[in-house]
Amino acid sequence: MSLLLAAERAGAGGEDFPYLTVAVLLPALVGVAVALVPRRREEVIRVLGVLGTTATAALTVVIAVVFDRHEAGYQLVSRHPWIKSFGISWHLGVDGISLWLVVLTGLLFPIALLGPKVHKDLKAYTAWLLLLEAAMIGAFLSLDLFLFFVFFEVVLVPMYFLIGGWGYTSRRYAALKFFVYTLVGSAFLLVGIIVLAQLHQARTGGALTFDLVELSKTPGIAGSQLLFLAFMVAFAVKVPVFPLHTWLPDAHTEAPTAGSVILAGVMLKLGTYGILRFAIFLFPQAAKELAWLWLTLAVIGMVYGAVVATMQKDLKRLVAYSSVAHLGFIVLGAFAFTRQGMQGSVVQMINHGISTPALFLLVGWLYERRHTRQIAELRGIWKVAPVMGGVFLLVTFSSIGLPGLNGFVGEFLVLIGAYPTAKWWVVVGTTAVILAALYLLWAFQRVFQGEPDEANRGVPDLTMRERAVIAPLLLLIVVLGVYPKPLLERIEPSVTELVEHVQANGGDTRKEPAILAGPHAAGQTP
Amino acid sequence: MLDAAYLIPAFPVLGFVVLLCVGSKLKEPHAGVVATAASAASFVAALVTFAGLVGEDSHHRSITKVVFDWIPSLDVKVAFLIDPLSMTMVLFITGVGTLIHLFAIGYMHGDQRFSRFFLYMNLFLASMLLLVLGDSFLLMFLGWEGVGACSYLLISFWFERDSASTAAKKAFVANRVGDVGLMIAMFVIFSKVGSLTFSTVFERVEEGVFSKSVATAILLLLFLGACGKSAQLPLYVWLPDAMEGPTPVSALIHAATMVTAGVYLLCRANPFVGVDDSAMTVVAVVGAATALYAALIATSQDDIKKVLAYSTISQLGYMFLAVGSRAYVAAIFHMVTHAFFKALMFLGSGSVIHGMHEEQDMKRMGALKRFMPITAFTFLAGWLAIAGIPPFAGFWSKDEILLSALESFDGPLGVLLYAVGLVTALLTAYYMTRQIQLVFFGDPRHGKADAHGGHAQGEGHTEEQGQLTTPEPVAAGDQAGRGDDGDHGALGAAATPHESPPTMTIPLLVLAALSVGGWVINSPILLDYPLEHWLEPVVEAGRPLHLTEVSTATKILFSAIATAAGVIGIAAGFRIWRRGADQPGFEPRLLRRGFGFDQILAALFGGPGRKAADSAAYRVDAGIIDGTVDGIATVVRRGGAQLRRLQSGYVRSYALGITTGTVLLLAYVVNRGR
Repeated sequence: MSLLLAAERAGAGGEDFPYLTVAVLLPALVGVAVALVPRRREEVIRVLGVLGTTATAALTVVIAVVFDRHEAGYQLVSRHPWIKSFGISWHLGVDGISLWLVVLTGLLFPIALLGPKVHKDLKAYTAWLLLLEAAMIGAFLSLDLFLFFVFFEVVLVPMYFLIGGWGYTSRRYAALKFFVYTLVGSAFLLVGIIVLAQLHQARTGGALTFDLVELSKTPGIAGSQLLFLAFMVAFAVKVPVFPLHTWLPDAHTEAPTAGSVILAGVMLKLGTYGILRFAIFLFPQAAKELAWLWLTLAVIGMVYGAVVATMQKDLKRLVAYSSVAHLGFIVLGAFAFTRQGMQGSVVQMINHGISTPALFLLVGWLYERRHTRQIAELRGIWKVAPVMGGVFLLVTFSSIGLPGLNGFVGEFLVLIGAYPTAKWWVVVGTTAVILAALYLLWAFQRVFQGEPDEANRGVPDLTMRERAVIAPLLLLIVVLGVYPKPLLERIEPSVTELVEHVQANGGDTRKEPAILAGPHAAGQTP
Repeated sequence: MLDAAYLIPAFPVLGFVVLLCVGSKLKEPHAGVVATAASAASFVAALVTFAGLVGEDSHHRSITKVVFDWIPSLDVKVAFLIDPLSMTMVLFITGVGTLIHLFAIGYMHGDQRFSRFFLYMNLFLASMLLLVLGDSFLLMFLGWEGVGACSYLLISFWFERDSASTAAKKAFVANRVGDVGLMIAMFVIFSKVGSLTFSTVFERVEEGVFSKSVATAILLLLFLGACGKSAQLPLYVWLPDAMEGPTPVSALIHAATMVTAGVYLLCRANPFVGVDDSAMTVVAVVGAATALYAALIATSQDDIKKVLAYSTISQLGYMFLAVGSRAYVAAIFHMVTHAFFKALMFLGSGSVIHGMHEEQDMKRMGALKRFMPITAFTFLAGWLAIAGIPPFAGFWSKDEILLSALESFDGPLGVLLYAVGLVTALLTAYYMTRQIQLVFFGDPRHGKADAHGGHAQGEGHTEEQGQLTTPEPVAAGDQAGRGDDGDHGALGAAATPHESPPTMTIPLLVLAALSVGGWVINSPILLDYPLEHWLEPVVEAGRPLHLTEVSTATKILFSAIATAAGVIGIAAGFRIWRRGADQPGFEPRLLRRGFGFDQILAALFGGPGRKAADSAAYRVDAGIIDGTVDGIATVVRRGGAQLRRLQSGYVRSYALGITTGTVLLLAYVVNRGR
């Protein structure tokens, strides 16, 4: 509370307190502190973990409060030289595109820490989570490409250990696959970043820099398809975009619940965020020229992910494939290059980051009770655990995109926003809403409806702790569905600016109808 | 007085919130009382608002009440549009809704999830009111999906029964197919005018922003949505299965209110028809075809609720025939009268099912008028109304629709639509007569151990139906989930049918009165078509059809023909079904099975559809895509193992490598230089 008051006092001139730097360092330092506590002092570790993550959550909320919603540019900027000779700096800033991702990160970590039971080595688990949080927040706030890359890579390490250490039976395979797959993608990004910085230096004759805004002014890079693709490959793996998605179901299925919550909630958004923040911003013309490719992959992902989800036998895997489908919407919106489409894309990132973690928590709790995630072995749970069933259904409806709940807002904005620029992709993509209803309600039917058999008759309902942990997510599902304005109005200025940036630098205007006309025309652009 | 409009949806929302918070702690009737009170309060608020609207000048009866911004970047607010159309809808929704809530207090007695039922019912009512009060396509869509979700919850209310949960899922998915049309229609509209608010969009329509072809496309897309929600061909498949829900749900959602949303949508969108009406031919043809198709199936069903379900589909077809003929007022008129008499008959069937201890097979009923006089008496009022016998409600509205179809379409199409409508009227009178004969008249067939033995053929058919969702014997009925109070099962010899308690019979009596006299809202006698004048300002942009040019003599002639059709149907029904309940000759297998449409769908989705999805999941995804990834990994690993051997430590082999590389590089550079 006092933090909030301090924030109010700081007001618009909030630069005097380094909110962003603290948001990155706080979880990292608590993580180090946890690492120093003796292993057997579990209470201390627990308290530190809870305090560290909730304090960070509070801080991210404060950031949202001091955030000026009329401002399109970066706010609360903090900039310090880091490696001077290479022009690398500790450059953080927040705008409408990153703001809610940071808040979401802050919110999800306490939930991930408190939600599932930890069966071994609490110390390492807590420390890795805190480190992960620091890296996630850092990645969303970095305005220096090199710094971003460092965070982008650092994120992998704790997640690798979380999956490999606390996961299920084939966790090693899944962890390695996750790590190597993303690393290969990142290699392209690293090359892209270095080439871009070199080009900048060569073409402007200035010093070497990795500053995002500076680099975007490099003459002649807006249309560089190769650089664009180098960035896109890394981000597409992370999202994941079809057909680069197969690491995701494995990682999700084998990850511990907390890992899945973070992975689905915020980590995948590093990819979509990267697309908006870096790939499209730096190379608007190339993005426009190649939009047909990414739109097509996005729509394939939406439909294909849903079809594949339908036939999954493992509930957690089903939720994982639903992510593939939902993230397709985000990519579709990003490559719409319209105000509504891009806004929808950002909103969908947040909303998917609320609903899917809630689903993973529930699946995790179900597993703790039944020691299986096989849909065929579950049945009639709603009857014996009414609260759990009701909560699961609410989240399911949110994920289906029922108006009045959060999921709808982003999905609809994406589709209606993309329609003017990508008509036929939208027409095909809209059918995904049928499939979403099909696979989720079918799963709900098989798991929660029907008469419970012997094995499922004794499933206890959600405990008070579990209800408290999931309550914030449920609240957001309803509130953001009914009154999304506070969310939307802070996203809008930055998105509008990005759209204008793309329009201004997206090549000559004659090319614009190319996208309107469809893939054939777009393919003819040089 | 118009500010009372805020209260119309607020009361059911409040009821929902109260039940959500304390519902599980309330003793049995109290949850029902709370919900019924919320509904009744909403009806009162509607009456007050209505009075306020009547007080306005007839061309200023379109008032928007803004609550708050919803999605600013789409310029969509949570705002209510108070106009004659929305208020007509609101009045019958809250009125009939309150009666059904009251009925349900008795009907749901003893259910283990009593309060949850009313929780869902109030949520439904709130959504339905948002649907008709929303001032934009998007807010209407919110209500549209909200009622769909509530319909899902209520169909699967007894979710322990697999058929119920399957039916609910089927309903939601079938509706979603239609929703795609509705959503794309919104995309098109928004891309043209940058708004989804009715008033803005329709202003731009009149300015000529929409070309003829775009207007036609929008109407057809909206109609796709309407086909889902209002159960028209080919998306009707979910409605017969939706009878798995408790009977008050069937009455409220699947007869009186939700399923009419599609009709409301097309009436609301009438300004597009003003641009181009070619889409309306499609609407009229689909409507007429559905009316006939469903009426045929209704003639051969055994389940008391299935008859009413197919009848509802058929009557909705009539409404679309009316809309397609640009007779919007006739459509709304029929919607209101249908809400009265069909809600009445559904509740009556609920009373019968209740009195028969959860029996739904009409072949096991008979002579119930002796045991349940009020139910029987009120049901007969509904029967006469739907059969189109003057002066009951259905006569007036059906008459207008038939004549409009003939007037609106020139040449053979008009005649054909009229003929189909007339045949449907005859069939309607016939199957309803069959129903009342089997249920209320004739010999009692209940309580006999061999009652169904003589009807082995019927059992066989039920078996064969093998529909997606209703493989259970018809007798399984409404009872699952009712706790183990011994009230289950087909009627034993010991139990006798009984009349229902007053909470159930009072709504029946009120609805019976409305079925008899409800037609006065658009009476040509003494009152000069009040509904027509009331709705005129809303529909005038859609070039509504006026029957004023038709002479009174012609009108009387056509009324006589329609009435004759009803009378013939009734006579045939009595004549055939008085002879006994076993008339296999009049129940062709094809009709019993609903033309086999469900089986075709099941075969399609269960067979090739499922196989395709399965191979996508396992062959393509796990096999090809993931296989490639693993394959690359293997190649890299093996390659790495090979490469390791290259690090031999011999300088000469390194030198060889370096030289080769240099040469290749040089070659590349030289080539590039050319």
